[in-house]
Amino acid sequence: MLLSQLPNGAHALVQRVVSASADVGTATLRRLGELGFIAGEPVQVLRRGPGGREPLAVQVGETLFALRLLEAQCIEVQAIDVCVN
Amino acid sequence: MSQSLGANPSLPIRCIALVGNPNCGKTALFNLLTGARQKVANYAGVTVERKVGLVHLRNGQTVSMVDLPGAYSLTAATPDEQVTLEVIEGRRAGEDTPDAIVAVVDATNLRMNLRLVLELKRLGRPLLVAVNMADVARAQGLKIDLARLSSELGLPVVETVAIQHNGHAQLLAQLEQQLAQPWPSAPANTAPASSADLQREVRRILALVAPLAPIQGRFQYRLDAVVMHPVWGLVVLAAVLFLIFQAVFSWANWPMDAIKGAMAAVGDWILAHMAAGPLRSLLVDGVVAGVGGVLVFMPQILILFFFILLLEDSGYLPRAAFLLDNLMGKVGLSGRAFIPLLSSFACAIPGIMATRTIANWKDRLATIMVAPLMTCSARLPVYALLIGAFVPERRLGGLSLRGLTLFGLYVAGVVSAMGVAWVFKRVWMKSGYQPLMLELPPYRRPSLRNLAQGLWERAHIFLRRVGGIIFALMVVLWFLSTYPAPPAGWDAAQGPAIQYSFAGMMGHALQVVFAPIGFNWQISIALVPGMAAREVVVGALGTVYALSGADASVADALSPVIAQGWSLATAYALLAWFVFAPQCLSTLAVVRRETNSWRYPLFMAAYLFVLAYAAAFATYRVTLWLGG
Repeated sequence: MLLSQLPNGAHALVQRVVSASADVGTATLRRLGELGFIAGEPVQVLRRGPGGREPLAVQVGETLFALRLLEAQCIEVQAIDVCVN
Repeated sequence: MSQSLGANPSLPIRCIALVGNPNCGKTALFNLLTGARQKVANYAGVTVERKVGLVHLRNGQTVSMVDLPGAYSLTAATPDEQVTLEVIEGRRAGEDTPDAIVAVVDATNLRMNLRLVLELKRLGRPLLVAVNMADVARAQGLKIDLARLSSELGLPVVETVAIQHNGHAQLLAQLEQQLAQPWPSAPANTAPASSADLQREVRRILALVAPLAPIQGRFQYRLDAVVMHPVWGLVVLAAVLFLIFQAVFSWANWPMDAIKGAMAAVGDWILAHMAAGPLRSLLVDGVVAGVGGVLVFMPQILILFFFILLLEDSGYLPRAAFLLDNLMGKVGLSGRAFIPLLSSFACAIPGIMATRTIANWKDRLATIMVAPLMTCSARLPVYALLIGAFVPERRLGGLSLRGLTLFGLYVAGVVSAMGVAWVFKRVWMKSGYQPLMLELPPYRRPSLRNLAQGLWERAHIFLRRVGGIIFALMVVLWFLSTYPAPPAGWDAAQGPAIQYSFAGMMGHALQVVFAPIGFNWQISIALVPGMAAREVVVGALGTVYALSGADASVADALSPVIAQGWSLATAYALLAWFVFAPQCLSTLAVVRRETNSWRYPLFMAAYLFVLAYAAAFATYRVTLWLGG
């Protein structure tokens, strides 16, 4: 499953980061890793921007990032159930 | 260097670099450490800010400190990060290699920040870790075992609170101790480390150092639910913008009047104390009037920057960019362009300087190109004069027609900026897909010290600009409007003296060009000195119509003269011209500086001229056709 497919509020774990489009080069993928999108890190899609598509406000670990759809499509995740605390 | 150093005040100054992730409070810590003793400039050849200051240790020793741009990793992805990496590694020409590094980390986000520390450690340089925002971490119930962190990292670790006046005490003490003896460093490790490897190590350390860390304690989700809400978020943003505009245009009035008054007083004083002659004319009409005409925007710029710094420090601005990214993406701009374009409503100069935060060159260039289309405050005097003279004081559904006209001119600027950006990004500066990847830091209470420091920096940069290139341009324009002098035996009845000058000749020549859009020779002449700053046109029209007096009274006297002398079509055409108004030389000079090339300012002037001409032509013809 891709990060971009998660509904708002859903939690997941990053599985891997792979290019989903010819527009996304290795530099962008490496940067995603440097920002914390690393296998095993917890992520949550908090909300989407006006229009409901992009950008996505994504929390990875303890950091919140705004990602455009194309970046979010490069992040494969595994959805997990987390009790809301 | 590594002989016994002791607490000897005659030690050579050591250079220390502050390195850290963006949003870790590094600059606040730098401000606390160096106080007002800092120098802000650019790194040679790039528009990346270089900040250097002196730190006085408690034992009397002084070290120099450089605040390197924030970096997420040592693999540079932005010009900022490139500079950071090159300075640390001693590869940046003209920069001293720092003798030691202080890695600043955000105590509430060790999970991300420690990766950079581990990367820095692999460089094998003297390194110290400052765990910043320790107070926030404590308030969130986050307990960090600093001793354990130090032993796991193999590095000295101290705690800092950059927003408390004594929050750097531990860091100063530790620096003293480190400088008093040879500073050990780990052996360099040049094998590349992947983010995944680094993160494994970070997880291991965190499990030992902060095992009970509450997850997701950093963010104020309830506040974000409103601020980033698709509807309420935009409402909040509109309210914030309205407040800022209100402040910029109403609070700035009296300091602007004070500056105008002071400039007029200086001019009068020179007039009274100097014999008439070219030097006096240069000082009064060129230097004092010209530089004063730009300086007068200082209060508006400072008020605007006060709000921008406030919003930046509090963490709001990236959220505004989040809300607007989709909208701005439609015309090919990044959400990050929001801040520079907002600044451009005061003056395009600080706006263009603020585009530095846009990493992608083509995105940045597109933003620079449309910045002058935001209605800067220099256009207001011109708008005010024309609207006052030609738009009747009527009410339209409870709203003043004059107010609506002014609002319409602002909207015309924004809409044309969007259109121009759209065309540019499709035709000329195609950059394809650009990632956003913008961090949205937790909300924080802005610190007064940082606001003051930031404001001082902005003022300083602006004044230096005014003192340098803008000053030179004013002198050139003064020369053009003054020479050649009118022939002997000339008196005011034969028309204004400016007619005989180079500016007058240019105006007469330009009239051929401007006649189709309804501009008479008086307007054509006034547009030439108007290149200094747009509002100078008002004063120049006064000169051409042989009026004299202070700026405000010129406008009052001018209003009936032009209301009689100009057709409605001419007035509307001039308003349309000023929506685009290509002739601000200061803006072009700044674009030249920021892009390091004449190509872009020349292109900017050309496209603005074409648009201004087309808009004025259309307005003139349509108004004539409608019977104006």
